[in-house]
Parts: sequence; C-alpha cells; structure tokens
Amino acid sequence: MKAIKNLGLIVFLIGLAVFTGTIFTGSFHLTSDELDTYLKEKNYKNELIKSELEKAIVTSENLTIFEFSNRVRNAFKTSNEHYDALISKYDAEKNWDKKGAQYQYKIYGKPHTLSFDLAKIAGTGFVKENAVLVWWLTFGLAIFGALLFILPNFKTLGRPGIKNNGIYLESSTNRGWIAWLVLFYLVSFYLVLYFMPDYVVNWTFIFDPISKFLNGGLASQWFVYGFLYCTIMLVMATRMYIKYRYNKYQLIRTTSVLFFQIVFAFLIPEIMTSLNMPGYDFKNAFPLDYDFFFDWNLDTLNSSGAIGLFILVWGIVLTLVIVPVMVYFFGKRWYCSWVCGCGGLAETLGDPYRQHSNKTLKAWKLERWLVHGVLVFSLVMTFVTLYCYFTGAQSFLGINSQWIKDSYSFLIGAWFAGVIGTGFYPIFGNRVWCRFGCPLAAYLGLVQRFKSRFRITTNGGQCISCGNCSTYCEQGIDVRAYAQKGENIVRSSCVGCGICSAVCPRGVLKLENGPEKGRINPTDILLGNDVDLMKFVNKQ
Amino acid sequence: MEHIVIIGNGISGVTAARHIRKNSDKEITIISAETDYFFSRTALMYVYMGHMKFEHTQPYEPWFWNKNRINLKKGFVTKVHSKLNEIEFSDGEKLSYDKLIIATGSKPNKFGWPGQDLKGVLGMYHKQDLENLEKYAPNNSICKRAVIVGGGLIGIELAEMLHSRKIPVTFLVREQSFWNGVLPKEESAIINKEITDNGIDLRLGVNLQEIKSDENGNVKSVIIAETGEEIKCNVVGLTAGVSPNVDFLKDSDLEIGRGVKVNRFLETNTPNIYAIGDCAEQHESIGQRKPIEAVWYTGRMMGETVAQTICGNRIAYKPGHWFNSAKFFDIEYQTYGWVWAQSKENEARFYWEHESGKKCIHINYDKNTNQFTGINTFGIRMRHDFFNRVLDEKQTIEYVLEHLADANFDPEFYKLHEPEIVAKFNKEHHTNIQLKKKSWAQIFSA
Repeated sequence: MKAIKNLGLIVFLIGLAVFTGTIFTGSFHLTSDELDTYLKEKNYKNELIKSELEKAIVTSENLTIFEFSNRVRNAFKTSNEHYDALISKYDAEKNWDKKGAQYQYKIYGKPHTLSFDLAKIAGTGFVKENAVLVWWLTFGLAIFGALLFILPNFKTLGRPGIKNNGIYLESSTNRGWIAWLVLFYLVSFYLVLYFMPDYVVNWTFIFDPISKFLNGGLASQWFVYGFLYCTIMLVMATRMYIKYRYNKYQLIRTTSVLFFQIVFAFLIPEIMTSLNMPGYDFKNAFPLDYDFFFDWNLDTLNSSGAIGLFILVWGIVLTLVIVPVMVYFFGKRWYCSWVCGCGGLAETLGDPYRQHSNKTLKAWKLERWLVHGVLVFSLVMTFVTLYCYFTGAQSFLGINSQWIKDSYSFLIGAWFAGVIGTGFYPIFGNRVWCRFGCPLAAYLGLVQRFKSRFRITTNGGQCISCGNCSTYCEQGIDVRAYAQKGENIVRSSCVGCGICSAVCPRGVLKLENGPEKGRINPTDILLGNDVDLMKFVNKQ
Repeated sequence: MEHIVIIGNGISGVTAARHIRKNSDKEITIISAETDYFFSRTALMYVYMGHMKFEHTQPYEPWFWNKNRINLKKGFVTKVHSKLNEIEFSDGEKLSYDKLIIATGSKPNKFGWPGQDLKGVLGMYHKQDLENLEKYAPNNSICKRAVIVGGGLIGIELAEMLHSRKIPVTFLVREQSFWNGVLPKEESAIINKEITDNGIDLRLGVNLQEIKSDENGNVKSVIIAETGEEIKCNVVGLTAGVSPNVDFLKDSDLEIGRGVKVNRFLETNTPNIYAIGDCAEQHESIGQRKPIEAVWYTGRMMGETVAQTICGNRIAYKPGHWFNSAKFFDIEYQTYGWVWAQSKENEARFYWEHESGKKCIHINYDKNTNQFTGINTFGIRMRHDFFNRVLDEKQTIEYVLEHLADANFDPEFYKLHEPEIVAKFNKEHHTNIQLKKKSWAQIFSA
C-alpha cells in the first residue's frame, strides 16, 4: 500500500512538473497579416502601436513567451508614453482640441492582457500541436497519480471512523517545509494567473480542443482555471469520500458542492456561451459575485434579451430573497459548505489544512472587523457604480467609479480571494477568505446569527473539553468554549461543515435546525448536576 | 480579602476557581506541579496520535487567567499545616490561605509488580507520561511491541494510541471479558471484538507476573502469571486503574481513607479545607454512586458546587442522574442512568444490536412498573436532555421507545435504527408500541 501511495505521489509530481514545465516551451512570433487582423478587430486607430508591435514580434526569431511578453509590453509602453507626452504637451499649450484628440490613441487594459491575446495567436510548438497528448501528460498523469495516492487510504487510514492520526506529525499538514512549498506554488500560481496570464498561455493551448468542444471558442486562462478547479475538487472529493465514508452528512455535502461546482459554475456557463448567451453561474450570489452590477455586466445582460433579463432578476432575487430565507431555515451552511465554489475548494483541497485556522480571541476580533469591512466596501462600490451607471456621472461624493471598481477587483477579488484565500491554505487554513474576506459570508452570517433556526446543539453535560472540535473548526470558532459550558453554538461565521460533530469523541455536537426559542441557551451549571443548583444559578 | 488556594489545576480545581470568580471578588490561587495551564487530561491521547498539539488541549488562552484574576503558581505541595492555615512547597516556601480546596486528582495504580519502575514502564495519566511515551515509543522501530496491563478506559485508549503509530500491542486484561465489571456481557463482547479487529493481541483473564529488564535497566519483556509466557516488548503501560493522589496529606490533620474524606458539602474534617474531584471520598455513597468517582463530569460538578459553598451559599453536593461516555476505538459509548454489569433483582433488560455488531442499545427498566432506569448506547448518539427528563419524570420503557426519535443525537442523514429497535421490543414483549415522529416541542419541553 505504501509503495502504491509513493508511486502515485511520484506520478502526480511528474504530471505537475510537466504542467509547470510547459510554460517554458513553444516559440512565439506573428506574421504581419495576423497582427493587422488583430489590430483591426481591436479597432486600434493608432499607427504607432502597430509599427512598434511589428518591430517587436513580427519576426522569424523563435521568441520564448517571456521575451515575447516583454516586447509586447514595451511596445504598449512606448506607444502610450508617446501619446501621454503629446497630451502633456498640448495641455501645457492649452490646446484642448488636440489634447482631447490624443486619448483615442491610447491603449487601455493591461499590458499582460494584450500580450496574452497576441501570444494566443502567435504561439507554436509541441504543446499547441499536441494538445491532447499534453493533456494526458499533465492532467492525465496528475489525476492518475493523485488517485493512486488517495485510494489506498481506504486501507491505510484504518477502519471507518475519525482518523486524524499523524496530522500534527507530518510536515505537509503541520506547517512543515512541504506546507511552505505548497504555499509558494499556490501563491505563484495565483499571481501568474491573475497578473501575468500571458506567461501561462501554453496551458490554454492544452485546453483549446476541450474549450472548442464545450463553447466553440479557444480556451482562456479562466477556462484552464475552471477546469483545473473542477478537477482538483473531484480528485480531492474522493479523498473526502474515503476519509468520511461512515459519515453520511459529509458524503452528501461533498457530493453537493461537487455538483454545484461542476454543473453550475463550469458546465452551464460554458454551454450558455456556446449558445451565444452570457455565461452565468446561477449560484454565484452578489456580493461574492462582486461584478454583477458592473456596467459591462449590466450592458451585456441588457443586450442579451430575455435570458439577460432573467439573469438580472434572478441575481437580485437570489441575494435579496433566496439567500436570507434559506439561511433562516438551514443556516448559512446551505450556501457556504453545500453550494459555494470557494467553499467547495476549501472543503476538498483545503480539508487537510482545516486545523490551521486561528482560534484566538484576537483572530475573532480581526475577523469581525475585516469581513464586515469588506461587506461595506463591496456595498459602497456597488452603490457608486450603480449611481454612476444611471446618472452617467464619473464619481459619487468624490469616489471615482472606475477607481473603486479597480481597487476592489485588485485588492479583494484577486489578492484576498485568490492569492491569500487559497494560496495560504497550507499555513493559515482553508477558510481564510470565507472567514476574513467574503462579503456574502458576512451577510449570511448576520442573518444566521440573528434570525435563523440553525444551531449546533451541545449535548447537555457530556463535553470533556478535549478540543478536537475547536482544533478542526476551519472557521476558527472555539467550539469547545461553548460545548464545555453546555451552550449551543450560534456563531455568524459557522459554515456548518459538520466536522466538529464528526471529530467529537463523546457525541456532544449536532448540527440541527429547530425552533428559535431556546436556540441560545447560556448556562453556568451544566446538565447532570443538582437540579436545584442548576435552576438557582442558571436563572440569574 | 479572602484568599482561596486550590491545589490542582484539573477540571475540578479550575471549575471551582471559575465559579468562585463569577460569584465573588476573592483572591484565588491555583497550584500545580504538572503544567503551567489547565489542560484536558482526557485529550492527552490525541496529542500522541497527532490529532492535536498539546496547546490545543488547553481550553483557555493564557490571558484568561490574568483577566479573571486567577493566580497560577507552579509548585509541588508537600505539607498542609491546617492549624496555621498554611501550605508548604517542596522547596520550603510557604503560602497561607483562608480556604483551601484540595483537587489533586488521581495517580495510576501500581501493585508492586517486579520491574514496575524500569525505564519504559509508564502510566497514561500525566503530561509527563505522554512525554515518556514519546521517548520510549515514538515509532515501531524503536518500540517493537508494547504490553498494556489493565483493561479499563485508559488501557484501551493507550492501545488505540500505540496502534495509531502501528506499534504492535499486547493487551493483558485480568477480567474474562473487557470491562465486564461495568458493562453487561453483550457490550463487553462488542468491545472485545473491536479490540481484536484492530489487530490488538488481547489476552483475557491473565495477570502480570513481572516485568523483566535488559542490562541497561530498560524493559525487555513481561511474564504472564497464569501461563509463564514471556512476551518481548520495549514499553509496558500500567493502566490498572487510578487512586486518589493524596500521599502528601498523610501527616496532616485531614482524615484520609483512600481519598480525602468529605461530607456532602465537600468539607473535610478540618475547617476551611475542602476536597473535590477524583481525590475526594464521600463518607457515604450518594445514591448508587461509588464513594470515589474518578470521572471528568463529577469532578466538574463538585467544582461547581464547592464554589457556591465557599461564596456563602452553603450547598450539598447532589449530583443528578448518572451519565458517562467513552470511546472504544471507533465505537462511541454513552450511558444515562444505571445499567449494571449484572441486572438487579427487580430489573429487566432490553437489548438490541445492529447487524454490523458495532452498534447496540441496552435499556434497563423495572420489571414490575416498567419504569425506565438506564440505557447504554454504542454507536448511536443520544440526547442527554431527553434521558435526564425521562429519568426525572420516571417514565416507562414504553415511553422511551415511543420517543426514541426525540432521543437520537446522531448527525443529520444518519440511518435511523429506531423502527428496527421498537419492532424488536414489540416482538419480544408482544406489545404494540408505535414509534412517534421526532417532535421539537417535546425535545424543548425540558
């Protein structure tokens, strides 16, 4: 068994190495015609960018993606600097007409995005020409290896039951060097994905055939990410299925997050795109879906006829009605650990790291400031955006609409949710984003805390303060602090993953939905002691 | 200001301190020689198994003690000078008190076996035992086999611990079946099977003769008394029960039996000195309880009670209905009320076992009145509130079976066995009990 696991690990690492290695392959150059077509498509009216790009990348040289990217970004920069200089010049001359005329020549967007678009056309090489083979050498090997590594758990973990043996004795799950290495890889991955997509254009070549099949178009970096996300969840879900094979709540919950990720987040939007509809994830509720009210999205929905209107209405109803009503009946778990994609990754890929969430009171205080801060941030941003959208203004109360959208996308959307949220799994636990950053979680949390039937019931006086529940709470709730007082757990941050109940050796905790009366039950003297004393003290 | 000194920072002492703080402004000092902070002794096993780190076993963060003005003092108390209202530490330092609470817990039993103090022989009680275990049994290449002597809750936990690191274990149990002094034979048999199914070499009905040493004073093997068989091993776990940790009081004025003798108010024979938890011994048993109860829950309840007395609300220790819980490898066990190993004359039993052989319930009731008196449950979690109420209200077994759905505390979506259980009872007793649907109103009527 051990040998199979080790073999699996090696095969997985080979797959991962090939996948990472593909970045460095291929050569990139454009023909003049290809460049012309692209520029026309983009409607650039600027001759300078054309000549700069021609100089840079219309060549017979075999450029690597890094050289290629560098040249494109330099062309981008040279062109924009030229027009910026003209703008300052006319500004100084107070020649407003000429100044105004220059803006149309500026290139907007991100240099790496321009480079990505061009590289997508310019790339040649083994990966692009053998996409299917390379898929098997990367994803194929990695999936096969990972399963070889995971499936023997059926035997090696021992008989069904909680088997957290060795979690704090292993480097990978006890913040050892392996954990740091994983953190480094994940953080690098997200940085490249969000900020330097052109560097991983080779990955998109691997997926062009699959993308064409699903939605008719070529694969973007987001298609790769979506596919990767589903694959990782699927593979790591098998790990969950084995680990919690005796626990039906965990089995059903894992199946649910998996279903919503693969069908709702991935397949449906792809199919919609292939039908010329806007690709929409019907379960992704605002404000987690922070750009739902961005002007480009509203415009897209507006111009998409009936389906666009339906999406618009659905999105609003989802946030304002469905979400709170469901939280009232079932707690926020129905979303956070049964439906949500971020939660889905946390509950599968992140499960081995759940014990790293910080349980201190300080962390709890930080959590409340941060998560509610992000909620306010997202609401302010959306309000400003909508105000500007409907009035045509550039800003509201001095807050520039574009600026606040960009800031949010960068700080919260990319850094917090991605780089930190997932990248830091191995060291800070699997719910950093959900706990400290997700504005939707903050909203659901408020409903759950103040108006919900959900609670984790503490079983009378049975707690022995062992601390398994607190240790394995991914949301950093000190569950034991309540359980040992015989008090039910009613916390806004609880996502109802059910692991505290699973790891409890004494059957003390049960997630349940019940009457609001008696849901919060502070006690001083626990059940089991003198009845008169309990009545006397607990009444006070 | 009155100075309350508590010897022992376990669940009893700490609970007392917390409640004294809630009810008063008295100065509080907790003394321990074992650790700086309160930790959950029952969780030590999980540290060795790698489920947790030691700090996770501490229920309160370090700032808690300062904030609640509870002084923590590390030191080993050697004497109590009750006439001077003073205690003395091993280094000669003295500390005076106005009221003293003795909450020193237990120590593992050793019965004078030859070799019981060799290197590699350990109990599983103190934090130091955990450190020893880590030293002598870090893995299965250093510890090729371990022998555990004594078949109680700590013994089976130690077996599970060693098993988690794939160390072969031989488990010597004096009784003919595991823990059959406490569990009825059906439950005991389930545990025997669970132990052997996990690959533990379980030896029932045997005693330890001696522990043999190698040339360096390390454990080499054990000899079984009945057969003379020698079993090679590197570690011996002595888990033959615990007894009150009261040796330091031998020369004091306190009345000592096996533990510190106390009355119903947890007062000792000496004014201003109280004893709670494992180390306290009731003059007369309370109900059907033993005079000494080395159980987490009773320790906590005594702490809750003595705090009231010390804060001026003198109140007797009157524990409610008996309950307990444990986990035997993967089998969770809960009990409410009394289910004796042997049923008493006026008692009848109803037993149901799941086809997996890993779940069962055993209900004890009065033969004549059908009054429910206790339940053992394996592998099915039950609601403490429910059974506490049933016992209070002196409900019958029929009532319990009818409302079994209310009693169930298993996680959502778990397969419910109630219909099967009720059907079995109906069949055996020619009754027609109908299982009622789960009712929140019932559950919260308590």
